[in-house]
Amino acid sequence: MMVKAYKEAGGEDVFSDSEVAHVVLERDNVLGSHEVEGLEVNIKKREKGRVQVEIDVKSGKVIKNPVHMCFGVLPEKGLQVIDMEVNVGQGAEIEVMADCIFPNASEVKHIMEAEINLAENSKYTYRENHYHGEGGGVEVQAEAEIKAEPGSYFYSVFSLLKGRAGKISFDYQADLAEHSTLEMLARIRGNSEDEITIREAGVLRGAGARGILDSKIALQDKASGEILNELTACAPGAQGHVDCTEVIKDEATARAVPIVNVEHPEAKITHEAAIGSVDDAKLQSLMSRGLNEEEATEVIVQGMLKG
Amino acid sequence: MENILEIENLGLNLGSKKVFTDVSFTISSGEVTAVIGPNGCGKTSLAYSIMGLKEYLPEQGSILYKNENINKYSIDERARKGITLAWQEPPRLEGVSVRKFLALGLESQKKEVTEQQLESVLKEVGMSPRIYLDRDIDDTLSGGERKRIELASILIMEPELVILDEPDSGVDIVALNNIGTVINKLKEKNTGILMITHSEEMLKYADKAVLLCHGEILKKGDPKEISVFYQQECRDCEVDDYDSHREKRQKMKGGVKDIG
Repeated sequence: MMVKAYKEAGGEDVFSDSEVAHVVLERDNVLGSHEVEGLEVNIKKREKGRVQVEIDVKSGKVIKNPVHMCFGVLPEKGLQVIDMEVNVGQGAEIEVMADCIFPNASEVKHIMEAEINLAENSKYTYRENHYHGEGGGVEVQAEAEIKAEPGSYFYSVFSLLKGRAGKISFDYQADLAEHSTLEMLARIRGNSEDEITIREAGVLRGAGARGILDSKIALQDKASGEILNELTACAPGAQGHVDCTEVIKDEATARAVPIVNVEHPEAKITHEAAIGSVDDAKLQSLMSRGLNEEEATEVIVQGMLKG
Repeated sequence: MENILEIENLGLNLGSKKVFTDVSFTISSGEVTAVIGPNGCGKTSLAYSIMGLKEYLPEQGSILYKNENINKYSIDERARKGITLAWQEPPRLEGVSVRKFLALGLESQKKEVTEQQLESVLKEVGMSPRIYLDRDIDDTLSGGERKRIELASILIMEPELVILDEPDSGVDIVALNNIGTVINKLKEKNTGILMITHSEEMLKYADKAVLLCHGEILKKGDPKEISVFYQQECRDCEVDDYDSHREKRQKMKGGVKDIG
């Protein structure tokens, strides 16, 4: 059932491939788990609705295929709390593709509390796609603390591009040692009465650390969105950029608060924030190719969220 | 040649400013009609009126496309009827690939798009399909590259009427040759072309020309004669006030054989 819902939401059929590690969780039920060499996955059921997932990548190991995680709640009502701990060993590399699926939700709560530790020169790529169905009855609280040791690389992208968002509160905080790199992206569409809050934050603590925080939200109907991104640079050569973009139409409302802190004279952070309707020149360009206003808007919004 | 577009006594004001008035001319299928004039004379506003941009819908006169008055039609309705515009400054479309953009013009007409068509139109404007088809139309492309992609998107649509707004602005010497190729291809397909330009160089592509000055037609007719007249009288004209210029315009009107 869960895999079927996952495929219906656009996921790849990878669960029978012995070379692809995976974890499948429906509420607190472990429906599947598979490891590959160099990767250890431990799942412990805690109190009702709560699961602890520990992922360890051994030092020096490069996990060849992306690890697939499928989380979700299939009934209309339910709770899923995931305590995630990820440890990527020295020089190790892993890519995780997480799909969070709540196709029938009318009253579902999904809470993710993650702790991610990247050892020296390791690399962690995390792509999280959400599908919440059309009812708007999902509440997501996603929190993560990322600790990046020297020379490590962290990349994450949180996407919700189809259906309703419901209520999303997203809060990721990263701390970066010297010459480590952070890229955190969020791409979310909201409609009806969805409420979306994104907070991406990074502290570039070490010399030469780099960080990009890039959030884009498209809102329509009576949806609301808020982006609170914060980047701090404390060391020589630390550099970063904060980008907050929100496109609104109908009665949607948006707020963006990019905060940049620079605590060293040889550090630099830039920022951009833009809120507004879809650009007229872009609309007219596409309409002159025969698209009506709604179709043209859709092309522009999809492009923005893809970028 | 059959007239595909007839502009009759068209007039537009933006607020209290008269943008153009009493503009009449025709465009034939398979021919290039150039509208030339100095910056600010109302050329691009005229192009926008014909394309149907909301702010530029004319207060006076009529736009007849294949004998139908299209004054009230929106941009996309006009586009689906076979009219399109190559924009002077094509916008960046972040996250939209060249492939998708080129295909849109056919998909909106419910026509299928083949890989061969996509590759062929890019080659016509001197761009490598292998390099460009999957690139996004964002700030990684120069203005000149976006302009060539714009021309490719016109070619693939095979419109019945196209407005080329300052096709030579912002393009390099190599791309200038591509403009000639595109114009010839469009003419082969019997497309009527309205070329907006402030450069007499571009009149070499025109079958007839209209000289616009302060929103009024000063002369229309043979492009060569208009070109000579434009170079002698208009290019360095320093009279920028509408009323002061009225007398001069009255004296200049006529004198070129009217061919359309």
